[in-house]
Amino acid sequence: MATTVGTPLSAATATSGMARWASLMRERKTAVLFLITALLLLVLFPATMSAFRLSLVGKYLTYAFVAVGLVICWGYGGILSLGQGVFFGLGGYCMAMFLKLEASDPITTKIQSTPGIPDFMDWNQITALPMLWRPFKSLLFSMVAIPVLPGLVALVVGLAMFKRRVGGVYFAIITQAIASILSILIIGQQGYTGGVNGITDLRTLHGWDIRSDSARKILYYLNAVLLLGSVYLGQRLLNSKLGRLLVALRDKEERVRFSGYDVASLKTFAFVFAAVMAAVGGAMFTLQVGFMSPSFVGIVPSIEMVIGVAVGGRDSLLGAIYGTLLVNFGKTYFSEKFPELWLYLIGALFIGVVLVFPNGLAGLRNVSVARLRTWWVARQTAGQSGKPVSAASTASAPEVPAPAEGLAEAPVTEVAP
Amino acid sequence: MTSMSDLFSIFVMQGFNGLSAFCVLLLMALGLAIIFGQMGVINMAHGEFLTIGAYTTYLLSEVSQRWAPWMNKSYFLLSIVLSFFVAGAVGFAIEYLMIRRLYKRPLDTLLATWGLSLCMQQMFRSVFGPKEVSATLPDWLMGSVQPKAGIDIPINGLVVMALTVVLTSVVFLGLYRSRVGVWVRATMQNRVMANACGIDTRKVDRLTFSLGCGLAGVAGAAFTTIGSTGPTSGSMYIVDTFLVVVFGGAQSLIGTIAAAFGIAQTQATAEFFLTGSTAKVITLCSVILILMIRPQGLFATRVRR
Repeated sequence: MATTVGTPLSAATATSGMARWASLMRERKTAVLFLITALLLLVLFPATMSAFRLSLVGKYLTYAFVAVGLVICWGYGGILSLGQGVFFGLGGYCMAMFLKLEASDPITTKIQSTPGIPDFMDWNQITALPMLWRPFKSLLFSMVAIPVLPGLVALVVGLAMFKRRVGGVYFAIITQAIASILSILIIGQQGYTGGVNGITDLRTLHGWDIRSDSARKILYYLNAVLLLGSVYLGQRLLNSKLGRLLVALRDKEERVRFSGYDVASLKTFAFVFAAVMAAVGGAMFTLQVGFMSPSFVGIVPSIEMVIGVAVGGRDSLLGAIYGTLLVNFGKTYFSEKFPELWLYLIGALFIGVVLVFPNGLAGLRNVSVARLRTWWVARQTAGQSGKPVSAASTASAPEVPAPAEGLAEAPVTEVAP
Repeated sequence: MTSMSDLFSIFVMQGFNGLSAFCVLLLMALGLAIIFGQMGVINMAHGEFLTIGAYTTYLLSEVSQRWAPWMNKSYFLLSIVLSFFVAGAVGFAIEYLMIRRLYKRPLDTLLATWGLSLCMQQMFRSVFGPKEVSATLPDWLMGSVQPKAGIDIPINGLVVMALTVVLTSVVFLGLYRSRVGVWVRATMQNRVMANACGIDTRKVDRLTFSLGCGLAGVAGAAFTTIGSTGPTSGSMYIVDTFLVVVFGGAQSLIGTIAAAFGIAQTQATAEFFLTGSTAKVITLCSVILILMIRPQGLFATRVRR
């Protein structure tokens, strides 16, 4: 906007016309991609895959919720959270606590010394249901707690950090420490949480057996629809003024602050949004896989969730889904076939994506022949005039000049000042 | 009166435990205080540089056991120096290949170095096997001193402590009292101006990074006297180490020392009364709470941004 102020009126309207046309085209492109994804998830996968494979995809799609949240929070807001496992875990544990209480009614657990409490509590010599667990007897409470509890945690952490202008690297390290705290806590308090094994042996949801094939299929569809819904919600959010503000925040935080916006609240909003997304994913994970354990809470899973987003493209909601699917399929395939190679591969993936493709898979959508030619010519001239090309060649996507692009596709070159 | 002297012994031993934990944390954090505190590079592979130092020591001990028995007594001193250079050389290569392209994107450095740490862990696993190994310690490192009945102070702990004191002083003098230190601090505080004053900032970057990695290597060599080494033993400390540097206030060496002391003593004291995991949770929580109140860390240098 600021650049058009000094130009003649006709030029200004032409530019805005171009911009409008470009944004329309972009919206149409996004809509087509969204429909393709919906067809893939709702029709193609269920039609072609065996029940086992489909449940595997369902499991990966629960991570995609985390990815969608991270795109908003990290890709657009510039807030890298390395503690998304905390919220995934909290959502998952809320669900698991309800299911576990339902699975341990006094009749099935009558061989325990205290019937009617979860088996791991009995093993740990706990004789009464702890206060923390009691509300989770109610389905309604559990369903409300799944998004609200992690959301509240994120609200408190976010407000405490962002009000005091802790951001960027420090925020990443502190969220990581929180992830480490929660996993230590869960593992240490075995009697209350099930310890390392987590909460296992979950059977029914309000009397409905979640382990049968038909239930799994229904849960898969529910999961896919919820995911597509959250992508739609995310896209609406990004197209709104709030989305614009998030991008502005990422690129020049001080200017947004000086323009009179409450930066801390904006950031907290993005963080809470991502946390709630992750929590829904965690709850869906528990429902589909039938257990929850601290191995989805700590530092390593939290960072693995980030890599899916980085591979898919941190500024693309749909890209994040594909990235997550790809990384997790790769993980399953390689850790079965070549367990030695897997760590090398994912390590190289991290390094490669960051160094060469900062925009991930979704960055490829902007690559066209004409743009490649422009980039090549620019590179050649840069080489001839004796300027160093090494810096330019490391980040090929951002180097491509982007004439008719809005803020939404601004290249991610500098995440923090 | 025996109970009083018992209490005194427990107190001394407990204090010593806290001090050893402090030395371990400080040794880890010294390298990171330079790499993260001064340069602002988030090196998640820092723990792996520590592991490099530990494995170097292990290899040297094996060599001296098999082929050079005359070195059995002295190899440890050599291994400290060697660890520094091996880890420093690897750091030099990593800086050249990877880090220098990412100085403007600190959060991306975090992801890339995390990938690097995964690769390095797998490499250790392929070369040395998944089992933990330990170096054969020379006799003079074994055993303990008993200044009083009931008080038992292990010699390896004392050696680590001495090494910590020496290294910290070297880093302190190097950073604040030498010409190279001036270059480093000038580059990190104002790159453009440092360049204008004729400092080769690229060279300083490379040097600083490899120096930090070398320090991690020395820490690794010191660790072999306390525990055994596995492919992932370095990565276990990485979060704690980052917290130490952040807690102390980046860019402040005194802050790092104070933070390491505070965290280690809290942990050791809490461990005495509670279980290990609860103690850890309490320590980490209090660090985070204090950081929320004072986000710039304990000792922040005032910088105009």
